[in-house]
Amino acid sequence: METAFIQLAYIAAAILFIFGLKMLGSAKTARRGNRLSALGMLIAVVATLFTQGLAFPYIVAGVLIGGAIGAAAAVRVPMTSMPEFVALFNGFGGMASLLVGWAEYQRNLSVWAADAAPFVTVLAIFLAVFIGGVTFSGSLVAYGKLSEKISGKPLLFKGQHIVNGGIIAGALVCAVLFMANADNPAIAMGYAPFLVAGALALTLGVLATAPIGGADMPVVISLLNSYSGLAACAAGFVIGNTVLIVSGALVGASGMILTTIMCKAMNRSLANVLFSGFGAAGGAAGGAQQGEAKPITVEDAYFVLEAANKVVFVPGYGMAVAQAQHAVRELGELLEANGAEVSYCVHPVAGRMPGHMNVLLAEANVPYEQLVEIEDINPIMGTVDVAIVIGANDVVNPGAREDPTSSIYGMPIVNVDHARTCFVLKRSMASGFAGVENPLFFKENNRMLFGDAKASVQGLVAEFKDA
Amino acid sequence: MSADILLLFTFVLAIFLGFELISKVPSQLHTPLMSGSNAISGITIVGALVAAGSVTEGTLSVVLGTLAVVFATINVVGGYLVTDRMLAMFKHKEQGGPR
Repeated sequence: METAFIQLAYIAAAILFIFGLKMLGSAKTARRGNRLSALGMLIAVVATLFTQGLAFPYIVAGVLIGGAIGAAAAVRVPMTSMPEFVALFNGFGGMASLLVGWAEYQRNLSVWAADAAPFVTVLAIFLAVFIGGVTFSGSLVAYGKLSEKISGKPLLFKGQHIVNGGIIAGALVCAVLFMANADNPAIAMGYAPFLVAGALALTLGVLATAPIGGADMPVVISLLNSYSGLAACAAGFVIGNTVLIVSGALVGASGMILTTIMCKAMNRSLANVLFSGFGAAGGAAGGAQQGEAKPITVEDAYFVLEAANKVVFVPGYGMAVAQAQHAVRELGELLEANGAEVSYCVHPVAGRMPGHMNVLLAEANVPYEQLVEIEDINPIMGTVDVAIVIGANDVVNPGAREDPTSSIYGMPIVNVDHARTCFVLKRSMASGFAGVENPLFFKENNRMLFGDAKASVQGLVAEFKDA
Repeated sequence: MSADILLLFTFVLAIFLGFELISKVPSQLHTPLMSGSNAISGITIVGALVAAGSVTEGTLSVVLGTLAVVFATINVVGGYLVTDRMLAMFKHKEQGGPR
């Protein structure tokens, strides 16, 4: 009776998750969708508590501690720190699956000693621990890079691929030993390969994430998101629980789709992102400059903007670093008051995670209707009077269109060089993440507005207000 | 074995459902999608609760289970709350008119 009730509750939870995700498809219904999904989670948790023979002290303690930490973090995190926040939470999901897999192994050890271990359960325990471990340590490295606690530069060492290959081979050996001896209570037989595999998973997570540079983080976060779902799935196979399998599969699929979208937006394969250490060469490889970049003062920029009828903002990671989103929105409003048509074009890989710039613009109250997609703005770029590039570089590099030798050749870009005038707000002439020279800076219609993006935009705002 | 096959069947269907659902999410909502789906992956809490509550089965599994409850709850509570916070800002924009 109780089991049937719990199973029905799980079905209800799965339905709410599915509707919740469906409603995330539109900004109008997204918030309600997220709340439906949360309700589904609540139902699943409450139903589980009806499982026969559960003692509550540790459960209550765990939920109170975890709930307090989660709530405090969620309320405090600033929107600009969202990428590292999501990375860290992906890791916690992986860790939870690893621990569930381990706990189940421990619980079953005495049962299996008498009665042979079921193959699928043992395999699932191994996968939950391995995928969970890679997700956890990989996410911690991603968190460190995104929050700049460790260098965002790709970390490469000689023979890295060989070491990683060795780790995977070692893990496979552990898997075979563990599966053959999982029901053997002697520590050296089943437990030893199990623990070694866990340690290898944690090491692999670090080594696989370290060579990936800052601007490729959108791909890595998406991939880790997918892994955290797959780890939950594996945990579901361990305890034979359908709601874990369904929810984990939904998250796994979601992460895979985002990963694919991000790779396409960079015109690179997933293998290239994961293994190439892209951008490791830094700016050193950049060729000779093709001319002279023309700087412009805030005052002169103001005169150009004052006369403009159509302005497009192209934000990038630099806008997040400078926390310039509010100043940008203010400038946008002043331009509109001045009679200009203002829009914002966000490249899919701008920033450090999928949709990063959209969240910041939303935080600054930029209306939805002003956001345009690349495919819509590029054909009419010729009618744009001023394109303002704020802290973006590679996503506006015309070399991706014109120069077949460029390492980013073929990547879809925002064609700001086709606008009548283009302003690039930038600290210095340093090249972007990809380490390639940006010919945009030397184009006839481009002007460099050097300095901190926020200060520059605020300067323009002040000019408009004084006028 | 047949029970395991059913689980595998469910898994495969859910993957397809996931692809169908998520490919309709517009790029503006990718960050909330990620944090929201991350909260869903905290469903592992279901397994963690059982492990933490089965106190008759030895200390180690209860300790591991309780730790799993802590991590999964952080994931669930933090994930849903932060997604709600983000989506509240997106909703504001509706006054500016839908895209």
